[in-house]
Amino acid sequence: MRPLTLKRVLWDCGILLALLFLVVIVSLKLGAVPVSMYGLGRDLIRVALGRSSELSSEYRLIVFDIRLPRILLGIFVGASLSVAGASFQALLRNPLADPYVLGVSSGSALGAILALVAAPHLHLSSLASALLTPLFAFLGAMATIAAVYFLARREGQIDSGTLLLAGIISASFLSAVIMFLMTTLPGRDLRGMAFWLMGDLSTPLPASYRWLLAVGFFAAAGAVYTTAADLNLLLAGEQEAIHLGVDITRVRLVVYVAASLLTALAVSVSGAIGYVGLLVPHVMRLLFRSDYRLLLPTAALGGAIAVVIADTLARTVVAPTELPVGAMTAMAGAPLFVYLLRRRLA
Amino acid sequence: MSPSGRNVPAPSPVFFAATPGEAPRPGDLYTQSRLGQVGAPTPRLSVEQASYAYSAGGSQASEFTLEATSFHARQGELVAILGPNASGKSTLLKLIAGTFEPLSGRVLLDGFETARLDSRTRAQRIAVVLQESQLLFPCRAWEFVLQGRHPYGRSLRFASDADVNIASSALEQVAAGRLASRWMDQISGGEKQRVILARALAQQPLLLLLDEPTLHLDIGAQVGLLENLRRLAAENRYTIVVVTHELALAGEYADQVVLLHRGKCLRVGPPAAVYQRDLLEQVFETTLAVELGPTGRPRVSVLGK
Repeated sequence: MRPLTLKRVLWDCGILLALLFLVVIVSLKLGAVPVSMYGLGRDLIRVALGRSSELSSEYRLIVFDIRLPRILLGIFVGASLSVAGASFQALLRNPLADPYVLGVSSGSALGAILALVAAPHLHLSSLASALLTPLFAFLGAMATIAAVYFLARREGQIDSGTLLLAGIISASFLSAVIMFLMTTLPGRDLRGMAFWLMGDLSTPLPASYRWLLAVGFFAAAGAVYTTAADLNLLLAGEQEAIHLGVDITRVRLVVYVAASLLTALAVSVSGAIGYVGLLVPHVMRLLFRSDYRLLLPTAALGGAIAVVIADTLARTVVAPTELPVGAMTAMAGAPLFVYLLRRRLA
Repeated sequence: MSPSGRNVPAPSPVFFAATPGEAPRPGDLYTQSRLGQVGAPTPRLSVEQASYAYSAGGSQASEFTLEATSFHARQGELVAILGPNASGKSTLLKLIAGTFEPLSGRVLLDGFETARLDSRTRAQRIAVVLQESQLLFPCRAWEFVLQGRHPYGRSLRFASDADVNIASSALEQVAAGRLASRWMDQISGGEKQRVILARALAQQPLLLLLDEPTLHLDIGAQVGLLENLRRLAAENRYTIVVVTHELALAGEYADQVVLLHRGKCLRVGPPAAVYQRDLLEQVFETTLAVELGPTGRPRVSVLGK
């Protein structure tokens, strides 16, 4: 008997953090413009020492102004989606739940688009209109998960088949609405449409947004983490969790709101990137444990690693043209989804 | 925190009767002497005229009502809630567990209404073993048993050394120590049932509730489980309530039987008093033979329609 300890959690997270650092370095190096490892190392040290004025202007533009912000964005998006996926899996007691499969990402994307459409008519200050997109994305996420939840609930039980079906139907319906809005509204380009439908990290982010993303992520992921021990019991069954002292109403509310927020934050900056929330928690379960106290932080780091790798590939495989990162995650994620589905039915 | 160290309300006279005012039966004495209790017996669990109705328009069982039911149980006693399917057994168990609030009447555990306890306190005092436990992601038996320490932990609840000790002794108590590192989805039904019971013991409850624990077990495992419960009731001074439709097992192992039929409590008392042939035949809708064994416990055999 070797129960999970805080030391073990920190140790495993340390390993993943080191791996993430490596991936970030490689990702900084790779791209349409080659950067030498030596030059990269030298510049990183200069930045770390606060001597960024000594950087060559070319490196600074490519590495620190273009690639690094995009990598940081990928880290937050990957971590958010992955924690949201792990949360939905516990909340709905379904190993195939994930923001994309459940249609929550599409709901968020629709909310974000409605905000973009509405913003010019509302005469808001620049800060308020910047907040409008994530807010609407959040409302879209909450509405979708509530709809999917009630569609799948029968006599107090969630039927897992109906849940997936409800998710798939919601996702395709919402995608169709997005497509409709995009093609009928004036001034919307096809590039933007692909962004919301496939997921993409190439759009640069305003600074105020970066703060919102970071603060929102830590608040929501932290809130989910306070329920980690309860989620372990929830996976053993709702009734049993109640008998073991879990305040199930509170846990549900916290996880429902926090997971919706995480999805909304990710979607409002990167569109609907699929399968990260599904794939990463499962890989982490196989590598580490399915204990949520360990799973949530490892999934966050694993999600960050996965999205940074996927985005690096999206930038480089057909360089100088770029693929949407969602296409990369779907290519890897869809086969895994089928595998998990088969194993579950077997 | 030993069960005996808890506050208990002042002793009061005990009746084991369906309705207040009925005289104590001879079986009460039998129970007391068997447990070797000294001093005035105090009911640990008091079910007082508790009733329940499923709200109309809700689930399929909306028609169902459990009529007012009363019984009392002391420390170390094993009570069987007996009845055919859809007689209200599980509903009564949920009232006792505090998951449902009684429509009328009340259920007291050491003087506190179970439905009014906050979820943590309730889980420290009442452990419930449900019919089946389906794990979404498999875990090892010892991890499963450690879950029983959940109501005692703080914040993230990383298990302490004391928790680990309690969990391993709980496994030992049900003779499942060797299962500790096995995966829960790779052990037999009987073994799984023992591990689930160990988790309930790890909660260190005052009251142990089991819902149809013998359902998926072969007869050997059923007897083993009941023997275990009997021993635990005596050793740990638990009050144990078992929901079952196994007439023979309840007759052999229970101190008290609460006989339910179509939401009505027909009889409460020791098996010898409750097991009357015509009554059981009417409730279970089959022909039975009931005789008194050498230990004073009733023996039931099935004769067919």
